[in-house]
Amino acid sequence: MRLLTARLSTKRRSPIAGLVVVLLGLLLTGGGYALLSPASAQSGTASQSTVQQGRQLFLVGCSSCHGEHGEGIVTKRGTQYGPPLAGVGAAAVDFQVGTGRMPMARPGAQAQKKKVLYNDQEISALAAYVASLAPGPAIPDPSTYNTTNVDTQSIVRGGEFFRTNCTACHNFAAAGGALPGGKYAPSLHGVSNKHIYEALLTGPQQMPVFSDGVLQPSEKRDIIAYLNSVMANPDYGGAELGSAGPVSEGLFAWLIGIGACVGFAIWIASHSTRSTRSTRSRKGASA
Amino acid sequence: MSTATTNGKKAAQVHRPSKVGQLATWVDDRTGIAGVAKKQVRKVFPDHWSFMLGEIALWSFVVLLLTGTFLTLWFKPSMGEVVYNGSYDQLRGVSMSEAYASALHLSFDVRGGLLMRQIHHWAAMLFIAAMFVHMMRIYFTGAFRKPRELNWVIGCLLLLLGSLEGFTGYSLPDDLLSGTGLRAAGGFILAIPVVGTYISFFLFGGEFPGDAIIPRLYTAHVLLIPAVLLALIGLHMLLLVYQKHTQYAGPGRTNDNVVGYPMMPVYAAKAGGFFFIVFGVSALMGGLMSINPVWRYGPYDPSQVTAGSQPDWYMGWPDGALRIMPGWETHAFGFTLSWNIFLPIIVLPGLMFTILLMLPFIENWITGDKRDHHLLQRPRNAPTRTATMVALMTFIGLLWAAGGNDIMAIKFNLNLNYITYFIRVMVFVGPVVAFLITRRWCISLQRADRDRLLHGYESGVIMRSPEGAYAEKHLPISTGETFALTSREHDDIPAMPSDADENGVANHKVWLTRLRVRLARFWYSGNIETPSREELEAARHHADDELAEQELAEYHDSHVQHDRHGIETGEVGKH
Repeated sequence: MRLLTARLSTKRRSPIAGLVVVLLGLLLTGGGYALLSPASAQSGTASQSTVQQGRQLFLVGCSSCHGEHGEGIVTKRGTQYGPPLAGVGAAAVDFQVGTGRMPMARPGAQAQKKKVLYNDQEISALAAYVASLAPGPAIPDPSTYNTTNVDTQSIVRGGEFFRTNCTACHNFAAAGGALPGGKYAPSLHGVSNKHIYEALLTGPQQMPVFSDGVLQPSEKRDIIAYLNSVMANPDYGGAELGSAGPVSEGLFAWLIGIGACVGFAIWIASHSTRSTRSTRSRKGASA
Repeated sequence: MSTATTNGKKAAQVHRPSKVGQLATWVDDRTGIAGVAKKQVRKVFPDHWSFMLGEIALWSFVVLLLTGTFLTLWFKPSMGEVVYNGSYDQLRGVSMSEAYASALHLSFDVRGGLLMRQIHHWAAMLFIAAMFVHMMRIYFTGAFRKPRELNWVIGCLLLLLGSLEGFTGYSLPDDLLSGTGLRAAGGFILAIPVVGTYISFFLFGGEFPGDAIIPRLYTAHVLLIPAVLLALIGLHMLLLVYQKHTQYAGPGRTNDNVVGYPMMPVYAAKAGGFFFIVFGVSALMGGLMSINPVWRYGPYDPSQVTAGSQPDWYMGWPDGALRIMPGWETHAFGFTLSWNIFLPIIVLPGLMFTILLMLPFIENWITGDKRDHHLLQRPRNAPTRTATMVALMTFIGLLWAAGGNDIMAIKFNLNLNYITYFIRVMVFVGPVVAFLITRRWCISLQRADRDRLLHGYESGVIMRSPEGAYAEKHLPISTGETFALTSREHDDIPAMPSDADENGVANHKVWLTRLRVRLARFWYSGNIETPSREELEAARHHADDELAEQELAEYHDSHVQHDRHGIETGEVGKH
């Protein structure tokens, strides 16, 4: 900066000075907007070498479906083989690769959660490369999803947001639910705060995007805090039976309840006070 | 009988009556109960595990009455809005109905409240499941035949009322699940052409949800339906006592007697003990397994819904029919007829219930059987009847599975749409296939019975003939078993009527009679008749001969071995 101002001051009267100032002004405004606007996700910290490393990893692990430059691949039938990645942001990469959903084992209705194949450094390199394609949501700062100091009132509010926005697909106990065409909303048990936050932010798979305009960062945090608080509760009623609702309750009523009662009925009917003779004859009759 | 009625050697002495005896005399002097009791305590009940299935339903109903009374002491059937301030942190400060708040209060702040709620709910699931199992036993063994058709009808009404009672209870806590159920029920009512809107307005006291439905359902749940249930259960059991219990065929058991144990003391102890067992099973389930965790669903809010919103299991099959129904609607004169809702959830259950209710009368009309039946039939001996019930069970079972299609999809990694397409086809194909397979299966089992009667049971002894062929030795079955297997009524297949009788007078409604005869012929077709007395005697002689032959062979065999043994020892001695 000092060099730039020094040069300006010496060539103040140059005929192109005005043009330079205007250009510089535009550059600063644009750059400043790009840096500070909420839509921007580019954290300036990603160095060129990280992006380069991410590009190399991308070419090996992702480009077969997403295209060499993340432009996506369309099949001959016009369906998406792998969607374009410009603008999905670092948060999406961190979620998809960080939960093992990407790279996909095979094409299917939905990417499944599985073993994570990249280490943290590689994931951030991939995220930096994808983020360099176009601006998108950045990986959230840990302070945004830290729920240690959330008060009960916010947890209750988080519960209301959860029931309004999430239970329809993820089920009342966040145990997951089915969606049409083999797709599904996964269980939220054992999912880290960061990944829930990123999922809300980027809307992976079938999930809608809950941008900061729809659910403010604090509201997202409250939902996560509610989930953590409910999952830390003891199982008040006993075994949860998969928290799948009345279907699993019906299954247990038949298998265990009726099973046990009929078992006892058989036991009672086969034991009588003076039954030695008659049981033998009955056995003979029904054998 | 002028001689002594006891084998005792001492003379009888007069004692002062015991305290219990005095009390009994006091009661008897005032009520005359001894005459009735004397007969009833000697009432004989036959012993078989399948006769205790209805008892599971009876005893779980008693458990329901006991736990339900406990719950009414705290539950507030009101839709008035309150702010929750109880022990459950995650809902504190949320606005909700008094009903839901009191359900939370029962669960977290009343000692034993959650246990009672869960026992109540599990017992309700058992109550209806046991009624189903009991009903299937009655049907499969032909226990519904004359004179017990009326008890079949009462049982069907109990099943219907039990399901309604269950649904009203499901809707009371006013959590998200029960509210969703009511929302759905409201929709079903609206789908009824012409009167649907009016019924809905009367039921909810205006638009859904209003503030009247929970108090109204509460009255039905704790007063109206239980009272009718209790009355019908009483009638059901009075008829049982009056008509006496049916029994399976066996030595000494005929159509005119009942073989078993008297009410006192054996059967009373057994039945009383079974009550404690059913109570124990439901208490264990209530203590160990979570059911309807209302606190996790949150208060009902029409803008919310949860994945896995299903009715309790007994309402699962109409729900499944609704889920697989194509979205057919008719728009005419500014009105919408929602066939997609009306057919699966209003028409179908009504139709199925009517079929269930009519089953004894349909069978009776086809077979034209006017006799009294107190001996049960084995399911295999009525193949068409057994196959009919299995076909109905397949139909209901497939719809029931469709009611859990989303849970199946997520738990078994299946495609929800494919499950729907599969069941759409299978509800039509499945029952037919099940009917054919069951019928043939029953007939094969009849054939096996006939073989057993004529050739005996497989002894496991392999015989080698002098030619070197191997065959398994069959031994005759016991006389008791022969009696049980042969005590089958002979099929009474009616003759096809002619257009007119011998005098040329046209037969009245001959087409209907012909249909009936055709159905009756189909009903009995394929039945394997039990062997005649001559056949059985011949078989018995043959078996006796074989037995003698085998005994001879065995005798011979042991002697050969013995000889060999002798030789061996002889050899040892030589060395």
